[in-house]
Amino acid sequence: MWNYERRLQYPVNIKESNAKLAQVIISQYGGPDGEMGASMRYLSQRYACPYREVSAILTDIGTEELAHLEMVATIVHQLTKDLSMDEIENSGFANYYVDHTVGIWPQAAGGVPFNACEFQSKGDIITDLMEDMAAEQKARTTYDNILRLIHDNDICEPIRFLRQRELVHFQRFGEALRIVQDNLDSKNFYAFNPGFDCGCDA
Amino acid sequence: MNTNFSNEQEKLLHDIGILDFVVVELSLYLDTHPTDRNAMEYFNHYNRMTNQAKKEYSQKFGPLTIALADTSGCGDWNWATLPMPWEGGCA
Repeated sequence: MWNYERRLQYPVNIKESNAKLAQVIISQYGGPDGEMGASMRYLSQRYACPYREVSAILTDIGTEELAHLEMVATIVHQLTKDLSMDEIENSGFANYYVDHTVGIWPQAAGGVPFNACEFQSKGDIITDLMEDMAAEQKARTTYDNILRLIHDNDICEPIRFLRQRELVHFQRFGEALRIVQDNLDSKNFYAFNPGFDCGCDA
Repeated sequence: MNTNFSNEQEKLLHDIGILDFVVVELSLYLDTHPTDRNAMEYFNHYNRMTNQAKKEYSQKFGPLTIALADTSGCGDWNWATLPMPWEGGCA
């Protein structure tokens, strides 16, 4: 189960509205490499993982991603909550506004809704961890791209924090993959799927 | 990060952010290094400090978690009435 802690993992205090930036940053809420997909990916992958240290890292990173999801939502909320009708009409925000007003809804920057097809849970822990490492790099690139568009330090700081977490998670998933491989036949990691094939506790 | 605190609440929440970050980092590290005794000592130290700071904050400024909620001192269920984290400032 989970418990809520009534604070952000890293503070977000944005003073100036900015509908254009909100429209790109929302991609890290519900886009292809966003925090929602990240959390659902890791939390879903845990069940087919027979190694407890690896299940633990999937649980803890999947949980941290929920804290990141809340930070991204907070950034978008603070960038849009005080928008005037003029700003909405002149910033390209009208398309989002018409369906969601200034509520938070998971979509990519291009308007594509969040979709579970943005991540896999393959039931093969080697495959899943390879995807997880790639996912952290893709999210890092997205944050790099976002940072090139931002000139307000109030937005930069929490985005830099989120970017840095992608690097740490990448490192931990790399170690998890090493743990999995150390448990398998070093001559052929793919001889069997430890999450499916019976009779092997290797 | 803003480090000019206008009040004790902001300062304590800022400290909790730092302490809890150390705990998060160490717990992820320990997941993949579960026999590292040095890291466990760091973890125990910072985890105690973090829990103490969260308890102090919750008693003074309102509960951070349901587990730290205690309405015996005042009438309100302030878990529901205090500002939410996304409201900005010191929430």
